[in-house]
Amino acid sequence: MAIDIVQPTVGLSKIAVSETHGENSPYFAGWKAYDENPYHEIHNPSGVIQMGLAENQVSFDLLEEYLESHQEATSWGKKVSGFRENALFQDYHGLLAFRKAMASFMEQVRGGKAKFNPKRVVLTAGATAANELLTFILANPGDALLVPTPYYPGFDRDLRWRTGVEIVPIHCESSNNFQITPEALESAYDHARSMGMKVQGVLITNPSNPLGATIQRKVLEQILDFVTRKNIHLVSDEIYSGSAFHADEFASIAEILESRNYQDAERCHIVYSLSKDLGLPGFRVGTVYSYNDQVVTTARRMSSFTLISSQTQFLLASMLSNKEFTEKYIKINRERLRKRYEMIVNGLKKAGIECLKGNAGLFCWMNLSPYLKEATRESELEIWKTIMDEVRLNISPGSSCRCSEPGWFRVCFANMSEETLEVALRRLHEFMDKRRNEEMSLLY
Amino acid sequence: MAITKNNSHNMLSKIATNDGHGENSPYFDGWKAYDANPFHLQHNPEGVIQMGLAENQLSFDLIEEWVKRNPNASICTPQGALDFKETAIFQDYHGLPEFRTAIANFMSQVRGNRVKFDPNRIVMSGGATGAHETLAFCLANPGEAFLVPTPYYPAFDRDLRWRTGVELLPVVCESSNSFKITKEALETAYEKATIAKIKVKGLLITNPSNPLGTFLNGETLKDIVNFINEKNIHLVCDEIYAGTVTNGDEFVSIAEVMKEVPNCKYDLIHLVYSLSKDMGFPGFRVGIVYSYNNNVVNIARKMSSFGLVSTQTQRMLASMLSDTKFIENFLSESRVRLAHRHDMFTRGLAQVGIGCLESKAGLFFWMDLRKFLKQPTFESEMTFWRIIINEIKLNISPGQSFHCSEPGWFRVCFANMDDETTMIALWRIKMFVRKNRNLEINTRRQFLHNNQHMRLSSRRLDDILTPHRMSPHSPLASPLVRAQN
Repeated sequence: MAIDIVQPTVGLSKIAVSETHGENSPYFAGWKAYDENPYHEIHNPSGVIQMGLAENQVSFDLLEEYLESHQEATSWGKKVSGFRENALFQDYHGLLAFRKAMASFMEQVRGGKAKFNPKRVVLTAGATAANELLTFILANPGDALLVPTPYYPGFDRDLRWRTGVEIVPIHCESSNNFQITPEALESAYDHARSMGMKVQGVLITNPSNPLGATIQRKVLEQILDFVTRKNIHLVSDEIYSGSAFHADEFASIAEILESRNYQDAERCHIVYSLSKDLGLPGFRVGTVYSYNDQVVTTARRMSSFTLISSQTQFLLASMLSNKEFTEKYIKINRERLRKRYEMIVNGLKKAGIECLKGNAGLFCWMNLSPYLKEATRESELEIWKTIMDEVRLNISPGSSCRCSEPGWFRVCFANMSEETLEVALRRLHEFMDKRRNEEMSLLY
Repeated sequence: MAITKNNSHNMLSKIATNDGHGENSPYFDGWKAYDANPFHLQHNPEGVIQMGLAENQLSFDLIEEWVKRNPNASICTPQGALDFKETAIFQDYHGLPEFRTAIANFMSQVRGNRVKFDPNRIVMSGGATGAHETLAFCLANPGEAFLVPTPYYPAFDRDLRWRTGVELLPVVCESSNSFKITKEALETAYEKATIAKIKVKGLLITNPSNPLGTFLNGETLKDIVNFINEKNIHLVCDEIYAGTVTNGDEFVSIAEVMKEVPNCKYDLIHLVYSLSKDMGFPGFRVGIVYSYNNNVVNIARKMSSFGLVSTQTQRMLASMLSDTKFIENFLSESRVRLAHRHDMFTRGLAQVGIGCLESKAGLFFWMDLRKFLKQPTFESEMTFWRIIINEIKLNISPGQSFHCSEPGWFRVCFANMDDETTMIALWRIKMFVRKNRNLEINTRRQFLHNNQHMRLSSRRLDDILTPHRMSPHSPLASPLVRAQN
């Protein structure tokens, strides 16, 4: 390991010493608590249950089944000579078969309501890289991107850290189910301008993380009108598009653009990934889909820093171009997520906890504001810590998602077995009962 | 689907609209010529032969045999499928522990186990491309500079500068002393930066060198370490070609030298590595940042989120690289094949009086075509290069794209083709030289005088003076040639 240095050493960059990587937020403190005491059905039944990780583990059997019956196609197997060609392939256009498969899969996820051209698919190692890459292309350091709150905590790092770009929040409120309003858009834009920042675009996540709800078609139209009026970009992160419980409840920006005959489309860019819908975060498969030729070209060049392993492209090209398989998978996956969602929401209801009405994603947006001492961030963190320490559940506090109202929590439900979810719900139920009894006894 | 193009809202960033991507360099013109007319032994024997791509294709048979014998290394086979789910979910940026360990051990094996690497310092990146950019982000602010000895790998201009805003300043190396990096050159470069008020944050060396194919001796490395220690700047050592050194025992890694320099500041030293060259796996995107600075390890690891290695690939490579017996055999066999191919070319070229810088590493050699230039200018180099592409139909890379300070040098890659293509490439060069004797501007005597220091791969003097003599193995005697005549 390192040798103790006595002399002063030369410094690192400003980016290196800044805190913008975001890992000192409570979002990650919970992960650490989990890592130190992870729940295990048999070996550690009183450990911390991880409900802060938006992973999709409900449909792996389908993937495994596919692999079993498609040995030749997915592995180099008998045709080992394919290994060489695969190992050498480093063209940043990506394997054509894979790009075609991705475009086709994205179409299927949208029920064929929008068409995707493989030539516009740019491959990156995960949506993390896709979002950062787009930011580098669409904005200069000091410029602003408007992002509706609450939003995925990782955006603070992905959009800002190395790019020097700022995030200005579009405040959304529980009074209208956190929907994005034209007023909120204008307000955010004006606020950014008043701080001397040039606004380069709006970035939405649809379906939303952490809300677990799709953005209504009407609202998408309003957002598109807004960015057109302001002459700025629109990035739509549709990473959870395949996780909408009912296919017809999700409208992609691609559909809106198609309905408008692609007028003004080149200000629009879609981010996608297989980390959530297919449950393959380890494989690092992300994509930037842009309707802007210059962005496609530049993004492709930039993807040199973050290409997808050709080995993985090869495996997934096979899997995703099998339309029979993907159709079956998408359908069953939606169904299973919907069931999980109902299970957790009903379980929470029985414990006296309400959630935002959701229809997508791998999590629910839980409302504990009635139980806060005060409507403050500190109170929220207090209850969060209690839930971590006493109930031993790692859930994500709304403040780490920049929610403007304290008391909301994101609770993931798809990264565990049903049994574990039941344990988690039971614990929460007991905790809430205990609390209610304590409060009752205080009254007398 | 019709998309109206309206450039009034093409408001993209400066980074997006500048030339920082580097693709307008002549380095890529040759590639374009190749793409437009690629050589194929059967289907397009008149096409352009790609000699501008530094790839190692000589030892895949060994890899393929291993893959066949180890089905459990793949998560797609029945043997490995049990691990599919676990592998697919794992996204920890520390990487699979077995992968990190395997990489650390492999790096050690490549260096003859003369030095050990700590798995905890292994940080992943999107290829060496990603590794270099990550280090630039960590070590320097926009406007600050890295010194880089010339000639250097063209893509450094993009990798280190494009999105980071960091500058690259040359440490000029010259043919008169075989392009060695001297203390004077380092000092000169540093001084120039100081006068121009540019803050130098580090020195980047590639060892073995691309494009030279040479590697640094212990003395030079110590001088370099002393230089960066004294100036208190970082040292980034790209050792991506470490496994291509013909005689592995001769290669000295910075990791070995560090131990021998008194008061060496470990916090300043960082390595870049990759499996793209030594193993021939550019498609798998396995880049490694290895730093002796704890803070840099920490930060680079966080940044690796933007370019992690696919866990599917991590798992397979963990299995392959930890098969030390296989790796030992692979490395030694690969070195032999590379050396043989290298010699095939340099000897063949010497037969027609073309010299190369003496080198014993890399996937390329540095060819001296100065005597063919009308004038010792880069314009002449460019003109001659176009002839090479269009008439000889070889894509080789002109020295100016490597920022070489002297015109007339070309990098020629030799490991990305089979034996037949090699012979055809050699034959084309020889034919061209014979047909164009008048292109040699300098007299032969002058040529010899200017190049006393260069050994022309065991050629006798009269071989150079009488290039018309054919060796019995010359392709001119091959049926292919006779058929065409």
